[in-house]
Order: sequence, then structure tokens, then C-alpha cells
Amino acid sequence: MNSEVRGGADAFLARFEGLRDRLPGDAAVRAAAAAAFKQTGLPTVRDEAWRYTSLRGLAAISFEEPLTAVDSAPNLAPTLDAPRIVMVDGRYQPALSTVPEAITLSTFADEPVFGRAPDSKMPMVALNTMMADDGIRLRVAEGVDAGTVVMLSIGLDNHRPVAFHPRHRVELEPGARLTIVEVARGEGTYLHNAVQEIVVGRGATLAHVRLQEESIDAFHMQTGFAEVAESGTYDAFVLTLGSKLARTEIHARLTGPNAAVHLNGAQLLGGDQHGDITTVVAHDAPNCASRQTIKNVLSDRSRGVFQGRIEVARVAQKTDGYQMNQALLLSPHAEIDCKPQLEIYADDVKCSHGATVGELNADQLFYLRARGIPEEQARSILVRAFLAEALDPIAHEGAREMLERAVEAWWAKRDTPTSSPRKES
Amino acid sequence: MLRIHALCASVEEKPILRGIDLELPAGQVHAIMGPNGSGKSTLGYVLAGNDGYAVTGGEVTFDGQNLLEMEPEERAAAGLFLAFQAPLELPGVNNANFLRTALNAVRRARGEDELDAPSFLRLARSESKRLQFPDDMLKRNVNVGFSGGEKKRNEVLQMAILRPKLAVLDETDSGLDIDALRVVADGVNALRRPEFSALVITHHQRLLDHLVPDRVHVLSKGRIVRSGGPELARELEANGYSQVVADAA
Repeated sequence: MNSEVRGGADAFLARFEGLRDRLPGDAAVRAAAAAAFKQTGLPTVRDEAWRYTSLRGLAAISFEEPLTAVDSAPNLAPTLDAPRIVMVDGRYQPALSTVPEAITLSTFADEPVFGRAPDSKMPMVALNTMMADDGIRLRVAEGVDAGTVVMLSIGLDNHRPVAFHPRHRVELEPGARLTIVEVARGEGTYLHNAVQEIVVGRGATLAHVRLQEESIDAFHMQTGFAEVAESGTYDAFVLTLGSKLARTEIHARLTGPNAAVHLNGAQLLGGDQHGDITTVVAHDAPNCASRQTIKNVLSDRSRGVFQGRIEVARVAQKTDGYQMNQALLLSPHAEIDCKPQLEIYADDVKCSHGATVGELNADQLFYLRARGIPEEQARSILVRAFLAEALDPIAHEGAREMLERAVEAWWAKRDTPTSSPRKES
Repeated sequence: MLRIHALCASVEEKPILRGIDLELPAGQVHAIMGPNGSGKSTLGYVLAGNDGYAVTGGEVTFDGQNLLEMEPEERAAAGLFLAFQAPLELPGVNNANFLRTALNAVRRARGEDELDAPSFLRLARSESKRLQFPDDMLKRNVNVGFSGGEKKRNEVLQMAILRPKLAVLDETDSGLDIDALRVVADGVNALRRPEFSALVITHHQRLLDHLVPDRVHVLSKGRIVRSGGPELARELEANGYSQVVADAA
């Protein structure tokens, strides 16, 4: 293992030793996770699952714990008009939060539930299990439509690098419905290493829209595990705009017939940003559908990664799986890495995947220019249209509009985002 | 208005236009007819400035300006409009926003004030009504899910809003039923003014029944082989191109 990455792991293990007696929950689970993390260390590009995403920059920083008390109310910035649950530096802030009546909320600090997320072979999950000191657990009872709730995470500028590892759970009982709009923002240098376990009961529907606009110096690591029972739907969308390095990893398992999973997303990156979307969809029951459309717009020296695996078990006949990764490269120095994987053990399935990488369509560009629109403006229109298409499938209008505004704000921060595109393999 | 002299152009090194001469005075409508592959659409694209077509010789002046040196958007601002034979679909681009962006880009380039959203919408609604568009066409994405006829009508709507001096209609009649054909022809006729000219590229005479040309030119193998009055279109319809092309050879 690379010594730098090893050193980063040792720093986390040392901090764990100092904290372990004060951390909530089952000490044996923590100890086992620490042992697993000690063995693997932080992931390196030699691990197949991390081939395109290096944590070297993260490993070089020694992260401390955030302050326990938040002095002043942080700038929450607008999200959308819905009840809001606020976390600051990974810790729940009851005074800043409103919880809808239809949701039962508890915190990991008060009721630590580790769930079933695997610590072995998943070092960032093991690190979370080892260090987690808070998180949000949301439960919606059978048949209840709990509406929309915003989960807002703020990383404060602590003037020193801090790490927080929230442990979240979402449980929808049979027939329940919920829309979660997660927004992650912050300032300064921090590591936000969350694990989220999601249980969607029979016939339940969870829509999960995420806007990641963390500090440009932040590291954003999210590992989600979703289990979807018979006729349940997990409809997820992530928009990656912020952070220096981001990885959104989702493992979705369809455990009962007629369940559906949508893992859609878009990344809009510039500068030296690195955005990784990794998905694993496991079809463990017949007649289930999964849909994944990921769009990347990459400028400057940014790098986008999409790794998507679809596993179809022998029993999962009539599976309908679809995966598409599209990238627009707006600079000769931008890069996209795409790794689709299909593992199919059933014989009566429909699974397709595809990837497109390229520049703007020359005929569309000419059409706009022939109507009098100057070339730069025409390029910008087509890039925005490419992203707009990605946002189209978001059913929740308020959430979609929030993401559209975030994309517009991203463009507004840049001058002319679209110069000299080129083709890439 | 438009003067084309000895225009030659090729696509991927293959010569398509082999010396076109054409003079289109202000206020006139000329038709370009000819068999498939004669270079009709290439002429439209070259005039609009598509860089997929290389101009290898000749000159084109538009209102006294050297057209071939101008960018496509400069040509549009100067008043040239190409109605595409196959209008492009623009997923994710709203039709009304597209029209307004185009109109304001052209107005800016012409030194005119931009139209605000309400004034633009009033204009767009009244023009669409005149062209018998369903209301939702302005709200939809540009040409996405439009039928062939709707796409052609959308071209005419763009033209009506941009108010060009010179319209080049590239087979705007193809794929239209009789009613749609009349709507399209009426849309063009509504623009006819002493300072408006049109170059109507078509293979069939039927559009010319509604949009009567001052002159008809027959294009074959990249050259104009015959020119005449509106009766030439009827002759072509009756006898086919082969006789005219053979006579010219």
C-alpha cells in the first residue's frame, strides 16, 4: 500500500483510540470495524472499486473532530419550502429543525443502530462505523404519506480540517411514502463521510433527491444501501456540483417482485474537481426494473467517474435493467471514466447499458447559429439543455426547480464555461 | 438583394456546386427545382454558412455584403433565414425561450432593443395563432416529439418572428398535407414586401401554386441549366426533369 494513504488510515485509527470510550453504541461493532479498517487502510487505486478515484489528497490531511457546540446559527441558505432537518458538522440541530408529524425522528447519538452495512472490504463504511457519533433516523409508519422533508447538512469552516461521519437510516413501512431532499453545503476543509441505510417496505415509495454543493475544499463521501421490497420504489437523484473530491456510492437491492429503483444523477464539474458516482443494483427478485441515467458536464481539468454494476440473480427473471452514462467534455484536459458491468445469472431478462462521450452536436450548434445566436451562447444553451434533460425525470417540482437554480448559480459563478470541446474515447 | 456568381462548393472533397449564377432582386420569389442530388440543399446550407460545406470558388453578395465571409449568426442578423429541410430537435431547450433568445440576439446585432418576456410572448402568441399552431407548441422543447408538419410550421413561425429579408426555404413543403402546405405558403406570403425575397427550394410544383414565383431555375449536377417564368414549374411537373436536363446538356 502507498505509504501516504497508509499514514492517513493510521491518523484515523489514532483518533479512534482517543475517542472510543465516549462513542455511542455497541463497542464490539466499533472494534470490529476498526480491525477491518486497520487491515485495509483507506482505499487505493489498486482496489478495483476505487480504480479511478484516488484518496491521496484526503490521506495527506490530518482531520480532527468538529467542535461539539455550535456557537452561532450557520447560514442555512434557502432550499425549498418544506420542513427541514438540520445537521451541522454531522450533528443534529434540534433547535434549527422542524420535523413533520408523520415522521418519527431519532438520532444515532441517542439510539445508535448500525444496521447491516458491510464493514469488510468497504473501508469508508468501516471508517464510518468506527467513528460515527450522530446521524438521523427517519421512520414513516405503514400507509402514511409523510410528504417532503429537507435534510440540510452544513460543514462549518473550523479553520482546521475536520471530519464527520454521520450514520443515517430511513425506514418506510409498507405503503408509506416520503420525499427526502438532501442538501449538503459548507465552507472550508472537511471530510463528510456519511453512511445511509434505507429500507423501503412493500409498496412504499421513497423519492430521494440530493444536491451536493459542498465547500470546494471539502471531501464528500457518501455510501448508501437501499433495500426495496415487493412493489416498492426507490427513486434517487444526485446532483454533484461541489467539493474537491466526491464519491456517491449507492448499493440498491431489489428484494421482492415488481420493485423499482431509479439511480439517476448529474455532475457538473470544473477546476480540479473529481466526482465519482458508483452504483450497484442487485436484482434478487423477478419482474423488477432499474433505471440509471447519469450525465456529466466536465470542464477545465475536472474528472468524472461512473461505475455501474447490475447484478441479476438466477431467480430474477423478467428483470428490466437500463443504464446510460453520458458525458460532455468542455475542455481538452477534462476526463471521464466509465465502467459498466452486467452480471446476469437469469436467462429471461432485458438489460442494456450504454455510454456516450463527446462534444456538442455540430448540427444542433449550426441550427442555433443559423437563427442568429452567437456561437458561445449557442454552446452554453446546448450544455444547459444536456443537463436540463437529466433533471427532467425528477418528479418533485420544487426539488427539480431547486436543482435548476443551483445549476444556474454554478454557471453564474463561471465566465464562459464552454470553450474548445473535443472528442474523447 | 442576393447575387451569386460562379459559386462552387464541395462536401468532403466531392464537388457538389459547380458554378452557380443567380440574381435574386428585392421583392421577388425565385424557385430552385431539380432532381435529387442536384445540389439544391447544398446551396441552402452554403448560403446559411454551414461549415460542413467548403466553398471552393465564386462569390455571394447579400445586400452588398460579402456573405461568404460572415459567420452563420452574422448572416442571420443581416436578414438571411434558412428554413431547414430537416429541422433539428433540441431536447432540453424550450421553444419559446429558443425563439426569444434568437430574436433578441438578432435585435442586438441590428442595434435594436431586446424584447422583454411579456412583449415577446404577445408577439409569439399572435404569430402562432396566425399560423394555426396549437398553444402548447411554444411550451414544448424545440421540435421534440413534433410531427414532420409541425416541425415545418415551427420553421415558418421562427421566420415570422425573425422577419428576415431573404428566406431560403429548403423543401419546406416535403411531408406536408394540403392544409399544412397552405398554412406554410400563407406564412411566407404574409412576409412578402418590396424588401423581402425568397428562394424556394422544392422538387414539386404544388407549393408554387400557393407561393407563385417570379422565376424558376432548374438545377442539375450543381449548375443552373434552365431558368424561366412560373410556367417552367408546370412544364417540369408535366414532363419530368429528365427532358429539361437532357435538353440543356
